[in-house]
Amino acid sequence: MDLDLSSVEPFRAEVRDWLRRNVPATPSPSLETEEGFAAHREWERTLAAARLSVVSWPEEYGGRGASPLEWLVFEEEYYAAGAPGRVSQNGINLLAPTLFAHGTPDQRERVLPPMASGEVIWAQAWSEPGAGSDLAALRATATRVDGGWRLNGQKTWSSRAAFADRAFGLFRSDPAAERHRGLTYLMFPLGADGVTVRPIGRLDGKPAFAELFLDEVFVPDRDVIGDPGRGWAVAMSTAGNERGLTLRSPGRFLAAADRLVTLWRAHGADPLLRDRVADAWIKARAYRLKGFETISRADDVGAEASVNKVFWSELDVELHETALDILGADAELDGDWLEGYVFSLAGPIYAGTNEIQRNVIAERVLGLPRETRR
Amino acid sequence: MRFALDAEQRLFGDTLHELLTGAGTPALTRRWAAGDHDRTLWSALGEAGVFTLTVPERHGGTGPLPVELVVAAHELGRHAAPGPVVETLAAGALIDGSGDAGPAAEWLPRIAGGQAVVSLASPGQVRRALDADAADLVLLADGESLSSAAPAGPAVRSLDPARRLFPVRAAERLTAGPAVSRAAATAYDLAALACAAQLLGLGRALLDATVEYARTRRQFGRPIGEFQAVKHHLANALTGLEFARPLAYGAALSFGSPDFPRDVSAAKAAASDAAYAAARIALQTHGAIGYTDEYDPSLWIRKIRALRSAWGTPAEHRARVLDALRHG
Repeated sequence: MDLDLSSVEPFRAEVRDWLRRNVPATPSPSLETEEGFAAHREWERTLAAARLSVVSWPEEYGGRGASPLEWLVFEEEYYAAGAPGRVSQNGINLLAPTLFAHGTPDQRERVLPPMASGEVIWAQAWSEPGAGSDLAALRATATRVDGGWRLNGQKTWSSRAAFADRAFGLFRSDPAAERHRGLTYLMFPLGADGVTVRPIGRLDGKPAFAELFLDEVFVPDRDVIGDPGRGWAVAMSTAGNERGLTLRSPGRFLAAADRLVTLWRAHGADPLLRDRVADAWIKARAYRLKGFETISRADDVGAEASVNKVFWSELDVELHETALDILGADAELDGDWLEGYVFSLAGPIYAGTNEIQRNVIAERVLGLPRETRR
Repeated sequence: MRFALDAEQRLFGDTLHELLTGAGTPALTRRWAAGDHDRTLWSALGEAGVFTLTVPERHGGTGPLPVELVVAAHELGRHAAPGPVVETLAAGALIDGSGDAGPAAEWLPRIAGGQAVVSLASPGQVRRALDADAADLVLLADGESLSSAAPAGPAVRSLDPARRLFPVRAAERLTAGPAVSRAAATAYDLAALACAAQLLGLGRALLDATVEYARTRRQFGRPIGEFQAVKHHLANALTGLEFARPLAYGAALSFGSPDFPRDVSAAKAAASDAAYAAARIALQTHGAIGYTDEYDPSLWIRKIRALRSAWGTPAEHRARVLDALRHG
């Protein structure tokens, strides 16, 4: 057992040096606004030009073939440098792993390089008005037509869809099948004929997500991922990624916790807040070490990814709540901590609510009996 | 980088688990609480190498081996083993670090071999000596002075019936000098780390017992583990323990670096909270039966409450983390 990181120190030094020279001195506007979205897309191009936008991908798609440890180190340096948020994260963290696992070579070649460069930004299209936590209740349809499929129905809570270029999601392709069966995983342009995007203001009013209305939207066969009718299994491999390490890397929380400690000191080191500040720092460190533990494992984490999701999403809220309490009466004013706080509040809800995650932990990790459903 | 126990370390843990299962620690604990200080288990732990971990090779040990210390303490906690095991392990580091002019030659080989039961106290950090009446040696580390000590009164009752705590006073000075205070600091950190690992083992065992109870106890015509209110409690207990464990092993790996005290404190604070939450959840899930003296899980519940504040409270350790960040 060891925590010897010396083999990745040269890579760390290279990343740190590049970030020191390239991270914008003044922060970009919020990426949940039109202006900020454009600025963050431009930043993705800059990252990609240095082959730093998707370090863990194979070189042929714009990456560096970095090891999981190198990726963790990249993330630590990235957030420690205060670099901009990743506007392309839904594509990189959700769709790309699905394509690596289930996509065709043609799909990877078409989709991944423009994703890596920020040329195409992806949104997810999972939830529907009647299918949130109960995703298998989804009703939007994909109907077989010559050469492809026609999509109809409504998707909602589609993160970044207000300004994104394309979306991926699940559709019911077999009207006779129920629940997890008869679903198909498809990709489609948000600018296609028949797609209406209605931005939704999140808690602070910024259009961070959108509703999608789909009316006879044509999708060619080549944009189906995996076998038609088997979309649930394809999507669940993505969900594992979303709940595991990749969506919220330890580096984010390490950097935020260090800033929290600095903020606490700058505001007089109030002893009444000391335990909460220390706790945020300790938990960020725990998440880092858990990450090292995870990548040291030979087996797949499986349902244990749910333990990660509950932990980081609650840590994120607690950390930002503590920052706002340090700021006192100024907490309500626009600023980075408030933006981070509003963002953190969504964490326990998206990617499977923490209540659903706790059911998964109880039933699939601890082995408690499934609820008798009526 | 490979942040996982190797095969030998896992085998060490498995061996201790088997040994402690065979020893029947709940009955042993109740006898220990009544004053029966039989040393059969102590000798077996000695043969398995537990007491070599903080004693260097030149005195018959294998130490310092902080990762193995965490492995061993986790198993001792998992079985709620009685006796001053952590104190004896800390004494190994304290005596060794105090220099060979002190009691090292006399006591370290006996500690390493499992022939000596040692307890200790230190003003401001460890107020009372655990099981001083069962010990062959009681140490009192006070600043730069290391003395032997003797009970200064009867045992004070603890919530954990197996923890018999004695006020002590110095008897004979063994050695003195700056090495003593440095050794005492290291011994304290190793003990706090071992205590954190004990807490993780205690919490994990309670969680396992509670899951089993929730699978079999039926109310309203179904196992209570079907109810989300119960499920979510148990999921929370697991989450806390899962994220405290890597802190303990991370701290073990920083032994010898300037970060060691900070990392130990992070581990002790997190392990105390995680184990205590697991204990509360175990008590609540078991209901009235868990609240009884005679039901064995109550031994685990009570030991967790005691160890949460032993070797530094969570608040003290959080303060130590923030102090270390200021100076770091």
